[in-house]
Amino acid sequence: MATWTRTWPFHLMVWPALLFLIVFNYVPMAGIVMAFMDYKPWLGFTGSPWIGLDHFRALFERDDSIQVIWNTLVISVLKIVFNLIVPFTFAILLNEVRKRLLSRTIQTLVYLPHFLSWVILGGILVNFLSTDGGFANRVLGFFGLGPVFFLGDGNWFRVTVVVSEVWKEFGYGTIVFIAALANINPSLYEAAEVDGASRWKQTLHITIPSLLPMAIVVGTLSLGNILNAGFDQIFNLYNSLVYDKGDIIDTFVYRTAIIDGDFGFATAVGLFKSVISMLLIIVAYRLAYKLANYRVF
Amino acid sequence: MYHKTTPYRIFSFFNTTFLLVLSVLCIIPLVHVFAVSFSAKAAADANLVGLWPVDFSVEAYKKTINNPVFLGSLWVAVKRTVLGTFVILLTACLAAYALSKENNQFKGRSVYAWIFVFTMIFNGGLVPFYIVIQKLGLTDSFWVLILPGAVNVWLTILLMNYFRGVPRELEEAALIDGAGQFGILFRIYLPLSLPALATLGLFAMVWHWNSWFDGLLYLSNKEDYPLATYLQTVIVSRDMSSMSFSKEEFDLLSQKTINAAQIFIGALPVLIVYPFLQRFFIKGLVLGSVKE
Repeated sequence: MATWTRTWPFHLMVWPALLFLIVFNYVPMAGIVMAFMDYKPWLGFTGSPWIGLDHFRALFERDDSIQVIWNTLVISVLKIVFNLIVPFTFAILLNEVRKRLLSRTIQTLVYLPHFLSWVILGGILVNFLSTDGGFANRVLGFFGLGPVFFLGDGNWFRVTVVVSEVWKEFGYGTIVFIAALANINPSLYEAAEVDGASRWKQTLHITIPSLLPMAIVVGTLSLGNILNAGFDQIFNLYNSLVYDKGDIIDTFVYRTAIIDGDFGFATAVGLFKSVISMLLIIVAYRLAYKLANYRVF
Repeated sequence: MYHKTTPYRIFSFFNTTFLLVLSVLCIIPLVHVFAVSFSAKAAADANLVGLWPVDFSVEAYKKTINNPVFLGSLWVAVKRTVLGTFVILLTACLAAYALSKENNQFKGRSVYAWIFVFTMIFNGGLVPFYIVIQKLGLTDSFWVLILPGAVNVWLTILLMNYFRGVPRELEEAALIDGAGQFGILFRIYLPLSLPALATLGLFAMVWHWNSWFDGLLYLSNKEDYPLATYLQTVIVSRDMSSMSFSKEEFDLLSQKTINAAQIFIGALPVLIVYPFLQRFFIKGLVLGSVKE
Protein backbone atom coordinates (compact mmCIF):
# COMPACT_ATOMS: atom_id res chain seq x y z
CA MET A 1 0.00 0.00 0.00
CA ALA A 2 2.87 2.34 0.73
CA THR A 3 4.07 2.17 -2.87
CA TRP A 4 0.55 2.81 -4.16
CA THR A 5 0.29 6.13 -2.31
CA ARG A 6 3.47 7.21 -4.02
CA THR A 7 2.79 5.85 -7.51
CA TRP A 8 -0.92 6.48 -8.10
CA PRO A 9 -0.26 9.91 -9.68
CA PHE A 10 1.96 8.21 -12.26
CA HIS A 11 -0.72 5.67 -13.15
CA LEU A 12 -3.25 8.48 -13.43
CA MET A 13 -0.94 10.33 -15.81
CA VAL A 14 -0.38 7.36 -18.09
CA TRP A 15 -3.99 6.24 -18.35
CA PRO A 16 -5.48 9.00 -20.53
CA ALA A 17 -2.96 8.25 -23.27
CA LEU A 18 -3.23 4.53 -22.65
CA LEU A 19 -7.00 4.60 -23.04
CA PHE A 20 -6.68 6.17 -26.48
CA LEU A 21 -4.04 3.63 -27.48
CA ILE A 22 -6.23 0.74 -26.34
CA VAL A 23 -9.27 1.99 -28.23
CA PHE A 24 -7.57 3.12 -31.42
CA ASN A 25 -4.58 0.78 -31.61
CA TYR A 26 -5.16 -2.39 -29.63
CA VAL A 27 -8.87 -2.95 -30.30
CA PRO A 28 -8.27 -2.76 -34.09
CA MET A 29 -5.54 -5.38 -33.68
CA ALA A 30 -8.27 -7.79 -32.60
CA GLY A 31 -9.96 -7.03 -35.90
CA ILE A 32 -7.26 -8.86 -37.82
CA VAL A 33 -9.31 -12.04 -37.34
CA MET A 34 -11.17 -10.75 -40.40
CA ALA A 35 -8.17 -11.82 -42.45
CA PHE A 36 -9.25 -15.41 -41.76
CA MET A 37 -12.94 -14.83 -42.48
CA ASP A 38 -15.11 -14.28 -45.49
CA TYR A 39 -16.22 -11.08 -43.76
CA LYS A 40 -19.56 -9.63 -44.72
CA PRO A 41 -20.57 -6.38 -42.97
CA TRP A 42 -24.20 -7.53 -42.66
CA LEU A 43 -23.13 -10.80 -41.00
CA GLY A 44 -20.56 -9.20 -38.68
CA PHE A 45 -17.81 -10.97 -36.77
CA THR A 46 -20.05 -13.68 -35.33
CA GLY A 47 -21.92 -14.52 -38.51
CA SER A 48 -19.19 -14.43 -41.16
CA PRO A 49 -17.76 -17.84 -42.06
CA TRP A 50 -14.17 -18.79 -41.24
CA ILE A 51 -12.10 -19.61 -44.29
CA GLY A 52 -8.65 -20.20 -42.83
CA LEU A 53 -5.77 -19.09 -44.99
CA ASP A 54 -7.70 -18.70 -48.26
CA HIS A 55 -7.06 -14.94 -48.44
CA PHE A 56 -3.35 -15.44 -47.98
CA ARG A 57 -3.30 -18.12 -50.66
CA ALA A 58 -5.09 -15.66 -52.94
CA LEU A 59 -2.54 -12.98 -52.05
CA PHE A 60 0.23 -15.08 -53.57
CA GLU A 61 -1.83 -16.36 -56.49
CA ARG A 62 -3.70 -13.30 -57.76
CA ASP A 63 -1.81 -11.48 -60.50
CA ASP A 64 -2.78 -8.05 -59.21
CA SER A 65 -1.57 -8.62 -55.64
CA ILE A 66 1.74 -10.09 -56.78
CA GLN A 67 2.25 -7.11 -59.08
CA VAL A 68 1.41 -4.74 -56.22
CA ILE A 69 3.97 -6.33 -53.88
CA TRP A 70 6.59 -6.11 -56.63
CA ASN A 71 5.74 -2.43 -57.33
CA THR A 72 6.01 -1.65 -53.63
CA LEU A 73 9.45 -3.24 -53.39
CA VAL A 74 10.80 -1.55 -56.52
CA ILE A 75 9.58 1.90 -55.54
CA SER A 76 10.58 1.73 -51.88
CA VAL A 77 14.04 0.25 -52.52
CA LEU A 78 14.79 3.01 -55.03
CA LYS A 79 13.54 5.61 -52.54
CA ILE A 80 15.63 4.18 -49.70
CA VAL A 81 18.81 4.07 -51.79
CA PHE A 82 18.49 7.60 -53.13
CA ASN A 83 17.28 9.02 -49.83
CA LEU A 84 20.54 7.78 -48.37
CA ILE A 85 23.00 8.71 -51.12
CA VAL A 86 21.67 12.18 -51.94
CA PRO A 87 21.59 13.60 -48.36
CA PHE A 88 24.99 12.02 -47.64
CA THR A 89 26.58 13.70 -50.64
CA PHE A 90 24.69 16.93 -50.17
CA ALA A 91 25.85 17.25 -46.55
CA ILE A 92 29.49 16.79 -47.54
CA LEU A 93 29.22 19.37 -50.32
CA LEU A 94 27.37 21.79 -48.06
CA ASN A 95 30.15 21.39 -45.51
CA GLU A 96 32.52 22.99 -48.01
CA VAL A 97 30.44 26.18 -48.13
CA ARG A 98 32.30 28.34 -45.63
CA LYS A 99 30.04 31.39 -45.65
CA ARG A 100 27.61 30.99 -42.76
CA LEU A 101 24.78 33.01 -44.29
CA LEU A 102 24.96 31.19 -47.61
CA SER A 103 24.96 27.81 -45.91
CA ARG A 104 21.97 28.77 -43.73
CA THR A 105 20.03 30.01 -46.76
CA ILE A 106 20.61 26.79 -48.65
CA GLN A 107 19.50 24.76 -45.64
CA THR A 108 16.34 26.83 -45.19
CA LEU A 109 15.34 26.27 -48.81
CA VAL A 110 15.99 22.53 -48.95
CA TYR A 111 14.24 21.65 -45.66
CA LEU A 112 11.03 23.36 -46.70
CA PRO A 113 9.35 20.75 -48.97
CA HIS A 114 9.43 18.20 -46.11
CA PHE A 115 6.77 20.16 -44.24
CA LEU A 116 4.34 20.49 -47.12
CA SER A 117 1.80 17.70 -47.46
CA TRP A 118 1.45 15.46 -50.50
CA VAL A 119 -1.98 16.98 -51.08
CA ILE A 120 -0.39 20.39 -51.65
CA LEU A 121 2.54 18.94 -53.57
CA GLY A 122 0.27 16.58 -55.51
CA GLY A 123 -1.87 19.55 -56.56
CA ILE A 124 1.23 21.43 -57.59
CA LEU A 125 2.93 18.52 -59.37
CA VAL A 126 -0.12 17.38 -61.33
CA ASN A 127 -0.22 20.85 -62.84
CA PHE A 128 3.53 21.29 -63.05
CA LEU A 129 4.07 17.98 -64.88
CA SER A 130 1.02 17.98 -67.11
CA THR A 131 1.52 17.39 -70.85
CA ASP A 132 -1.01 20.13 -71.50
CA GLY A 133 1.35 23.06 -71.05
CA GLY A 134 2.81 22.09 -67.67
CA PHE A 135 5.86 24.05 -66.62
CA ALA A 136 8.22 21.06 -66.73
CA ASN A 137 7.20 20.08 -70.24
CA ARG A 138 7.49 23.68 -71.42
CA VAL A 139 11.09 23.75 -70.18
CA LEU A 140 11.76 20.41 -71.93
CA GLY A 141 10.10 21.75 -75.07
CA PHE A 142 12.43 24.71 -74.99
CA PHE A 143 15.32 22.27 -75.39
CA GLY A 144 13.45 20.40 -78.11
CA LEU A 145 12.55 17.46 -75.84
CA GLY A 146 9.33 15.79 -74.77
CA PRO A 147 6.52 15.96 -74.10
CA VAL A 148 7.04 13.43 -71.33
CA PHE A 149 4.00 11.71 -69.77
CA PHE A 150 5.35 11.93 -66.23
CA LEU A 151 2.12 10.76 -64.60
CA GLY A 152 0.52 8.88 -67.46
CA ASP A 153 3.19 6.34 -68.36
CA GLY A 154 3.97 3.53 -65.90
CA ASN A 155 7.75 3.70 -66.12
CA TRP A 156 7.85 7.48 -66.03
CA PHE A 157 5.44 7.37 -63.11
CA ARG A 158 7.93 5.34 -61.07
CA VAL A 159 10.69 7.77 -61.97
CA THR A 160 8.48 10.72 -61.04
CA VAL A 161 7.53 9.15 -57.72
CA VAL A 162 11.14 8.42 -56.73
CA VAL A 163 12.51 11.77 -57.91
CA SER A 164 9.73 13.81 -56.29
CA GLU A 165 10.12 11.88 -53.03
CA VAL A 166 13.87 12.52 -53.01
CA TRP A 167 13.23 16.14 -53.93
CA LYS A 168 10.84 16.48 -50.97
CA GLU A 169 12.90 14.63 -48.37
CA PHE A 170 16.61 14.95 -49.18
CA GLY A 171 16.97 18.28 -47.39
CA TYR A 172 15.45 16.95 -44.21
CA GLY A 173 17.63 13.86 -44.52
CA THR A 174 20.80 15.96 -44.50
CA ILE A 175 20.12 17.22 -40.95
CA VAL A 176 21.48 14.11 -39.25
CA PHE A 177 24.59 14.17 -41.45
CA ILE A 178 25.19 17.87 -40.81
CA ALA A 179 24.97 17.13 -37.08
CA ALA A 180 27.46 14.27 -37.51
CA LEU A 181 29.82 16.54 -39.46
CA ALA A 182 29.78 19.07 -36.64
CA ASN A 183 30.91 16.33 -34.26
CA ILE A 184 34.11 15.50 -36.13
CA ASN A 185 37.15 16.43 -34.11
CA PRO A 186 38.84 19.44 -35.85
CA SER A 187 42.29 18.29 -34.77
CA LEU A 188 41.96 15.40 -37.26
CA TYR A 189 41.86 17.93 -40.08
CA GLU A 190 44.67 19.98 -38.55
CA ALA A 191 46.89 16.92 -38.36
CA ALA A 192 46.04 15.98 -41.96
CA GLU A 193 46.83 19.54 -43.02
CA VAL A 194 50.24 19.34 -41.38
CA ASP A 195 50.88 16.06 -43.18
CA GLY A 196 50.09 17.82 -46.45
CA ALA A 197 46.82 16.06 -47.29
CA SER A 198 44.70 17.80 -49.90
CA ARG A 199 41.05 18.61 -49.15
CA TRP A 200 40.01 15.69 -51.33
CA LYS A 201 42.24 13.34 -49.34
CA GLN A 202 40.83 14.78 -46.11
CA THR A 203 37.29 14.12 -47.35
CA LEU A 204 38.19 10.59 -48.39
CA HIS A 205 40.01 9.63 -45.19
CA ILE A 206 38.36 11.73 -42.48
CA THR A 207 34.96 13.06 -43.50
CA ILE A 208 33.49 10.00 -45.20
CA PRO A 209 34.65 7.46 -42.59
CA SER A 210 33.29 9.71 -39.82
CA LEU A 211 29.89 9.84 -41.48
CA LEU A 212 29.64 6.11 -42.18
CA PRO A 213 28.20 5.07 -38.78
CA MET A 214 25.34 7.54 -39.25
CA ALA A 215 24.80 6.33 -42.81
CA ILE A 216 24.62 2.75 -41.51
CA VAL A 217 22.03 3.75 -38.92
CA VAL A 218 19.89 5.61 -41.45
CA GLY A 219 20.20 2.78 -43.94
CA THR A 220 19.34 -0.05 -41.57
CA LEU A 221 16.45 1.80 -39.93
CA SER A 222 14.88 2.47 -43.31
CA LEU A 223 14.67 -1.33 -43.77
CA GLY A 224 11.53 -1.18 -41.65
CA ASN A 225 9.93 0.97 -44.33
CA ILE A 226 10.52 -1.40 -47.20
CA LEU A 227 6.81 -2.15 -47.56
CA ASN A 228 5.89 1.53 -47.11
CA ALA A 229 6.26 2.96 -50.58
CA GLY A 230 4.44 6.14 -49.56
CA PHE A 231 0.63 6.01 -49.52
CA ASP A 232 0.07 9.78 -49.39
CA GLN A 233 2.28 10.43 -52.36
CA ILE A 234 1.06 7.64 -54.63
CA PHE A 235 -2.59 8.25 -53.76
CA ASN A 236 -2.31 11.91 -54.72
CA LEU A 237 -0.36 11.32 -57.93
CA TYR A 238 -1.62 8.10 -59.48
CA ASN A 239 -4.49 7.34 -61.83
CA SER A 240 -5.88 4.22 -63.47
CA LEU A 241 -3.39 4.55 -66.35
CA VAL A 242 -0.46 3.65 -64.10
CA TYR A 243 -2.01 1.04 -61.76
CA ASP A 244 0.11 -1.71 -63.32
CA LYS A 245 3.44 -0.06 -62.41
CA GLY A 246 2.49 2.40 -59.70
CA ASP A 247 -0.08 0.70 -57.47
CA ILE A 248 1.39 -0.20 -54.06
CA ILE A 249 0.20 -2.33 -51.14
CA ASP A 250 -1.40 0.55 -49.22
CA THR A 251 -3.30 2.00 -52.17
CA PHE A 252 -4.33 -1.53 -53.18
CA VAL A 253 -5.68 -2.20 -49.67
CA TYR A 254 -7.58 1.08 -49.76
CA ARG A 255 -9.24 0.34 -53.10
CA THR A 256 -9.93 -3.30 -52.28
CA ALA A 257 -11.61 -2.36 -49.00
CA ILE A 258 -13.26 0.98 -49.57
CA ILE A 259 -14.09 0.87 -53.27
CA ASP A 260 -14.62 -2.88 -53.83
CA GLY A 261 -15.85 -3.65 -50.30
CA ASP A 262 -13.72 -6.82 -50.09
CA PHE A 263 -12.94 -6.35 -46.38
CA GLY A 264 -11.56 -9.80 -45.64
CA PHE A 265 -9.00 -9.85 -48.44
CA ALA A 266 -7.96 -6.24 -47.76
CA THR A 267 -7.38 -7.07 -44.08
CA ALA A 268 -5.28 -10.07 -45.07
CA VAL A 269 -3.10 -7.95 -47.37
CA GLY A 270 -2.76 -5.33 -44.63
CA LEU A 271 -1.87 -7.98 -42.05
CA PHE A 272 0.75 -9.46 -44.35
CA LYS A 273 2.31 -6.01 -44.62
CA SER A 274 2.11 -5.27 -40.87
CA VAL A 275 3.71 -8.56 -39.84
CA ILE A 276 6.59 -8.34 -42.33
CA SER A 277 7.16 -4.68 -41.40
CA MET A 278 7.23 -5.48 -37.69
CA LEU A 279 9.83 -8.21 -38.21
CA LEU A 280 11.92 -5.88 -40.38
CA ILE A 281 11.76 -3.08 -37.80
CA ILE A 282 12.93 -5.42 -35.03
CA VAL A 283 15.78 -6.73 -37.20
CA ALA A 284 16.68 -3.19 -38.26
CA TYR A 285 16.94 -1.88 -34.69
CA ARG A 286 18.99 -4.90 -33.64
CA LEU A 287 21.31 -4.34 -36.60
CA ALA A 288 21.64 -0.61 -35.96
CA TYR A 289 22.50 -1.38 -32.34
CA LYS A 290 25.06 -4.00 -33.32
CA LEU A 291 26.68 -2.09 -36.18
CA ALA A 292 26.66 1.44 -34.86
CA ASN A 293 25.67 1.18 -31.19
CA TYR A 294 22.48 3.13 -31.91
CA ARG A 295 19.60 3.14 -29.41
CA VAL A 296 16.35 5.04 -29.41
CA PHE A 297 15.42 4.45 -25.80
CA MET B 1 46.00 25.96 -46.28
CA TYR B 2 43.83 24.28 -48.87
CA HIS B 3 41.35 27.21 -48.83
CA LYS B 4 43.74 29.39 -50.74
CA THR B 5 44.72 27.01 -53.55
CA THR B 6 43.40 27.70 -57.04
CA PRO B 7 41.87 24.23 -57.62
CA TYR B 8 39.96 24.50 -54.35
CA ARG B 9 38.69 27.95 -55.26
CA ILE B 10 37.44 26.69 -58.60
CA PHE B 11 35.79 23.74 -56.90
CA SER B 12 34.29 26.03 -54.30
CA PHE B 13 32.76 28.26 -56.95
CA PHE B 14 31.12 25.39 -58.85
CA ASN B 15 30.07 23.67 -55.64
CA THR B 16 28.32 26.76 -54.30
CA THR B 17 26.61 27.38 -57.64
CA PHE B 18 25.45 23.78 -57.82
CA LEU B 19 24.03 23.81 -54.29
CA LEU B 20 22.27 27.11 -54.90
CA VAL B 21 20.65 25.75 -58.06
CA LEU B 22 19.52 22.65 -56.17
CA SER B 23 18.02 24.67 -53.35
CA VAL B 24 16.19 26.96 -55.77
CA LEU B 25 14.78 23.82 -57.43
CA CYS B 26 13.26 22.95 -54.05
CA ILE B 27 11.00 25.98 -54.07
CA ILE B 28 10.40 26.48 -57.82
CA PRO B 29 7.06 24.61 -57.91
CA LEU B 30 5.82 26.70 -55.00
CA VAL B 31 6.94 29.93 -56.66
CA HIS B 32 5.21 28.83 -59.85
CA VAL B 33 1.92 28.24 -58.01
CA PHE B 34 2.27 31.61 -56.34
CA ALA B 35 2.80 33.27 -59.72
CA VAL B 36 -0.18 31.51 -61.31
CA SER B 37 -2.47 32.39 -58.41
CA PHE B 38 -1.83 36.11 -58.92
CA SER B 39 -2.06 36.00 -62.71
CA ALA B 40 -4.98 36.81 -64.99
CA LYS B 41 -7.07 33.92 -66.26
CA ALA B 42 -6.07 34.39 -69.90
CA ALA B 43 -2.37 34.35 -69.18
CA ALA B 44 -2.66 31.25 -66.99
CA ASP B 45 -4.80 29.44 -69.55
CA ALA B 46 -2.32 30.18 -72.30
CA ASN B 47 0.48 28.78 -70.09
CA LEU B 48 2.33 32.06 -70.20
CA VAL B 49 3.03 32.17 -66.49
CA GLY B 50 6.44 31.10 -65.31
CA LEU B 51 7.87 32.28 -62.03
CA TRP B 52 6.33 35.75 -61.92
CA PRO B 53 2.65 36.78 -62.15
CA VAL B 54 1.49 37.85 -65.63
CA ASP B 55 -1.18 40.60 -65.72
CA PHE B 56 -1.37 40.77 -61.94
CA SER B 57 -4.84 39.96 -60.59
CA VAL B 58 -6.35 39.04 -57.22
CA GLU B 59 -9.56 37.79 -58.81
CA ALA B 60 -8.80 34.14 -57.96
CA TYR B 61 -8.32 34.99 -54.28
CA LYS B 62 -11.55 37.02 -54.23
CA LYS B 63 -13.45 34.04 -55.63
CA THR B 64 -11.79 31.65 -53.23
CA ILE B 65 -12.56 33.78 -50.20
CA ASN B 66 -16.18 34.07 -51.32
CA ASN B 67 -16.57 30.31 -51.71
CA PRO B 68 -18.48 29.18 -48.59
CA VAL B 69 -17.34 25.56 -48.92
CA PHE B 70 -13.72 26.67 -48.94
CA LEU B 71 -14.24 28.93 -45.94
CA GLY B 72 -16.07 26.18 -44.06
CA SER B 73 -13.21 23.75 -44.58
CA LEU B 74 -10.71 26.40 -43.55
CA TRP B 75 -12.59 26.81 -40.27
CA VAL B 76 -12.71 23.05 -39.67
CA ALA B 77 -8.95 22.91 -40.31
CA VAL B 78 -8.27 25.70 -37.81
CA LYS B 79 -10.47 24.05 -35.18
CA ARG B 80 -8.89 20.62 -35.58
CA THR B 81 -5.38 22.04 -35.57
CA VAL B 82 -5.82 24.12 -32.41
CA LEU B 83 -7.80 21.55 -30.46
CA GLY B 84 -5.86 18.57 -31.79
CA THR B 85 -2.48 20.09 -30.96
CA PHE B 86 -3.65 20.87 -27.44
CA VAL B 87 -4.87 17.30 -26.91
CA ILE B 88 -1.62 15.80 -28.26
CA LEU B 89 0.47 18.01 -25.98
CA LEU B 90 -1.69 17.23 -22.96
CA THR B 91 -1.54 13.44 -23.34
CA ALA B 92 2.17 13.66 -24.19
CA CYS B 93 3.08 15.77 -21.11
CA LEU B 94 1.24 13.55 -18.67
CA ALA B 95 2.41 10.24 -20.09
CA ALA B 96 5.96 11.41 -20.79
CA TYR B 97 6.41 12.63 -17.23
CA ALA B 98 5.30 9.37 -15.68
CA LEU B 99 7.29 7.28 -18.14
CA SER B 100 10.42 9.36 -17.54
CA LYS B 101 10.63 7.99 -13.99
CA GLU B 102 12.89 5.09 -13.13
CA ASN B 103 11.46 1.65 -12.60
CA ASN B 104 12.15 1.76 -8.85
CA GLN B 105 10.20 5.00 -8.46
CA PHE B 106 7.29 4.02 -10.72
CA LYS B 107 6.75 0.29 -10.67
CA GLY B 108 5.18 -0.85 -13.94
CA ARG B 109 6.82 1.88 -15.92
CA SER B 110 8.52 -0.58 -18.28
CA VAL B 111 5.29 -2.43 -18.97
CA TYR B 112 3.55 0.81 -19.85
CA ALA B 113 6.47 1.91 -22.01
CA TRP B 114 6.32 -1.30 -24.03
CA ILE B 115 2.57 -0.97 -24.51
CA PHE B 116 3.24 2.49 -25.96
CA VAL B 117 6.16 1.44 -28.15
CA PHE B 118 4.45 -1.64 -29.55
CA THR B 119 1.87 0.57 -31.27
CA MET B 120 4.69 2.08 -33.30
CA ILE B 121 5.84 -1.22 -34.75
CA PHE B 122 2.55 -3.04 -35.29
CA ASN B 123 -0.95 -2.03 -36.29
CA GLY B 124 -4.14 -3.75 -37.31
CA GLY B 125 -4.25 -2.09 -40.69
CA LEU B 126 -6.78 0.06 -42.44
CA VAL B 127 -9.87 -2.15 -42.40
CA PRO B 128 -10.11 -3.09 -38.70
CA PHE B 129 -9.41 0.54 -37.80
CA TYR B 130 -12.17 1.67 -40.14
CA ILE B 131 -14.62 -0.73 -38.53
CA VAL B 132 -13.71 0.38 -35.00
CA ILE B 133 -14.33 4.00 -35.99
CA GLN B 134 -17.70 2.97 -37.40
CA LYS B 135 -18.71 0.97 -34.33
CA LEU B 136 -17.79 3.88 -32.09
CA GLY B 137 -20.15 6.05 -34.10
CA LEU B 138 -17.38 8.51 -34.91
CA THR B 139 -18.08 8.60 -38.65
CA ASP B 140 -19.35 11.99 -39.78
CA SER B 141 -18.37 13.53 -36.46
CA PHE B 142 -15.80 16.28 -36.01
CA TRP B 143 -14.22 14.22 -33.23
CA VAL B 144 -12.96 11.62 -35.68
CA LEU B 145 -10.33 14.22 -36.61
CA ILE B 146 -9.17 14.60 -32.99
CA LEU B 147 -9.61 11.42 -30.95
CA PRO B 148 -7.82 8.75 -33.02
CA GLY B 149 -4.75 11.00 -33.17
CA ALA B 150 -4.96 12.16 -29.56
CA VAL B 151 -1.79 10.32 -28.63
CA ASN B 152 1.38 10.68 -30.66
CA VAL B 153 3.71 8.04 -29.28
CA TRP B 154 6.76 9.37 -31.10
CA LEU B 155 6.37 12.89 -29.69
CA THR B 156 5.64 11.41 -26.26
CA ILE B 157 8.93 9.51 -26.34
CA LEU B 158 10.86 12.59 -27.47
CA LEU B 159 9.41 14.50 -24.53
CA MET B 160 10.12 11.61 -22.16
CA ASN B 161 13.77 11.69 -23.16
CA TYR B 162 13.82 15.45 -22.64
CA PHE B 163 12.29 15.12 -19.16
CA ARG B 164 15.00 12.63 -18.30
CA GLY B 165 17.55 15.39 -18.79
CA VAL B 166 15.98 17.46 -16.00
CA PRO B 167 18.07 17.08 -12.82
CA ARG B 168 16.41 14.79 -10.28
CA GLU B 169 17.43 17.08 -7.43
CA LEU B 170 14.69 19.50 -8.45
CA GLU B 171 12.05 16.84 -7.96
CA GLU B 172 13.53 15.69 -4.65
CA ALA B 173 13.64 19.23 -3.32
CA ALA B 174 10.03 19.81 -4.33
CA LEU B 175 8.95 16.54 -2.72
CA ILE B 176 10.57 17.60 0.56
CA ASP B 177 8.69 20.88 0.31
CA GLY B 178 5.48 18.87 0.09
CA ALA B 179 4.69 19.18 -3.61
CA GLY B 180 2.71 16.42 -5.32
CA GLN B 181 3.70 14.80 -8.62
CA PHE B 182 1.18 16.86 -10.60
CA GLY B 183 2.55 20.03 -9.01
CA ILE B 184 6.09 19.02 -9.90
CA LEU B 185 5.08 18.33 -13.51
CA PHE B 186 3.15 21.54 -14.05
CA ARG B 187 5.22 23.92 -11.96
CA ILE B 188 8.76 22.63 -12.46
CA TYR B 189 9.07 20.34 -15.47
CA LEU B 190 6.80 22.15 -17.92
CA PRO B 191 8.29 25.63 -17.39
CA LEU B 192 11.73 24.07 -17.86
CA SER B 193 10.66 22.34 -21.05
CA LEU B 194 9.19 25.24 -23.02
CA PRO B 195 11.59 24.89 -25.99
CA ALA B 196 10.81 21.19 -26.22
CA LEU B 197 7.07 21.84 -25.94
CA ALA B 198 7.28 24.49 -28.66
CA THR B 199 9.00 21.99 -30.96
CA LEU B 200 6.45 19.28 -30.28
CA GLY B 201 3.60 21.76 -30.64
CA LEU B 202 4.82 22.90 -34.04
CA PHE B 203 5.22 19.32 -35.22
CA ALA B 204 1.73 18.46 -34.01
CA MET B 205 0.30 21.58 -35.67
CA VAL B 206 1.84 20.80 -39.03
CA TRP B 207 0.68 17.20 -38.72
CA HIS B 208 -2.90 18.21 -38.03
CA TRP B 209 -2.99 20.90 -40.67
CA ASN B 210 -1.68 18.49 -43.33
CA SER B 211 -3.88 15.51 -42.39
CA TRP B 212 -6.41 14.74 -45.10
CA PHE B 213 -7.01 10.99 -45.22
CA ASP B 214 -9.12 10.76 -42.06
CA GLY B 215 -11.50 13.39 -43.42
CA LEU B 216 -11.79 11.62 -46.75
CA LEU B 217 -12.42 8.24 -45.16
CA TYR B 218 -14.74 9.02 -42.26
CA LEU B 219 -16.63 12.16 -43.26
CA SER B 220 -19.29 11.99 -45.94
CA ASN B 221 -20.53 15.60 -45.91
CA LYS B 222 -18.24 17.88 -47.84
CA GLU B 223 -19.17 20.70 -45.46
CA ASP B 224 -17.39 18.82 -42.64
CA TYR B 225 -14.09 18.41 -44.51
CA PRO B 226 -10.95 20.07 -43.15
CA LEU B 227 -9.07 22.15 -45.71
CA ALA B 228 -6.55 19.46 -46.61
CA THR B 229 -9.33 16.99 -47.44
CA TYR B 230 -11.21 19.64 -49.39
CA LEU B 231 -8.08 20.38 -51.44
CA GLN B 232 -7.54 16.69 -52.00
CA THR B 233 -11.02 16.18 -53.44
CA VAL B 234 -11.23 19.40 -55.44
CA ILE B 235 -7.73 19.70 -56.82
CA VAL B 236 -6.17 16.29 -56.78
CA SER B 237 -9.22 14.11 -57.42
CA ARG B 238 -10.89 16.85 -59.49
CA ASP B 239 -14.29 16.53 -57.91
CA MET B 240 -16.07 19.66 -59.09
CA SER B 241 -19.34 19.23 -57.21
CA SER B 242 -18.16 21.24 -54.22
CA MET B 243 -17.09 24.20 -56.31
CA SER B 244 -20.03 26.47 -55.74
CA PHE B 245 -19.90 28.41 -58.97
CA SER B 246 -22.52 29.19 -61.52
CA LYS B 247 -21.70 28.47 -65.14
CA GLU B 248 -20.88 32.14 -65.77
CA GLU B 249 -18.58 32.36 -62.81
CA PHE B 250 -16.95 29.13 -63.87
CA ASP B 251 -16.19 30.54 -67.29
CA LEU B 252 -15.01 33.79 -65.80
CA LEU B 253 -12.11 32.23 -64.03
CA SER B 254 -9.79 29.55 -65.16
CA GLN B 255 -9.46 26.50 -63.00
CA LYS B 256 -5.77 27.09 -62.93
CA THR B 257 -5.73 30.39 -61.09
CA ILE B 258 -8.38 29.31 -58.55
CA ASN B 259 -6.61 26.02 -57.93
CA ALA B 260 -3.34 27.81 -57.50
CA ALA B 261 -4.88 30.27 -55.05
CA GLN B 262 -6.43 27.46 -53.00
CA ILE B 263 -3.19 25.49 -52.95
CA PHE B 264 -1.26 28.54 -51.88
CA ILE B 265 -3.66 29.35 -49.05
CA GLY B 266 -3.43 25.71 -47.98
CA ALA B 267 0.36 25.91 -47.83
CA LEU B 268 0.48 29.35 -46.23
CA PRO B 269 0.17 28.40 -42.52
CA VAL B 270 3.02 25.93 -42.89
CA LEU B 271 5.10 28.58 -44.64
CA ILE B 272 4.35 31.01 -41.82
CA VAL B 273 5.32 28.70 -38.95
CA TYR B 274 8.25 27.30 -40.94
CA PRO B 275 10.87 29.86 -39.76
CA PHE B 276 9.98 29.11 -36.13
CA LEU B 277 9.81 25.44 -36.85
CA GLN B 278 13.26 25.53 -38.43
CA ARG B 279 14.75 27.25 -35.43
CA PHE B 280 13.45 24.46 -33.24
CA PHE B 281 13.38 21.26 -35.24
CA ILE B 282 17.10 20.76 -35.49
CA LYS B 283 17.21 20.92 -31.71
CA GLY B 284 14.06 18.78 -31.72
CA LEU B 285 15.75 16.05 -33.67
CA VAL B 286 18.50 15.83 -31.11
CA LEU B 287 15.99 16.05 -28.26
CA GLY B 288 15.61 12.29 -28.48
CA SER B 289 19.28 11.76 -27.89
CA VAL B 290 19.27 13.45 -24.48
CA LYS B 291 19.87 10.64 -22.08
CA GLU B 292 21.04 10.35 -18.57
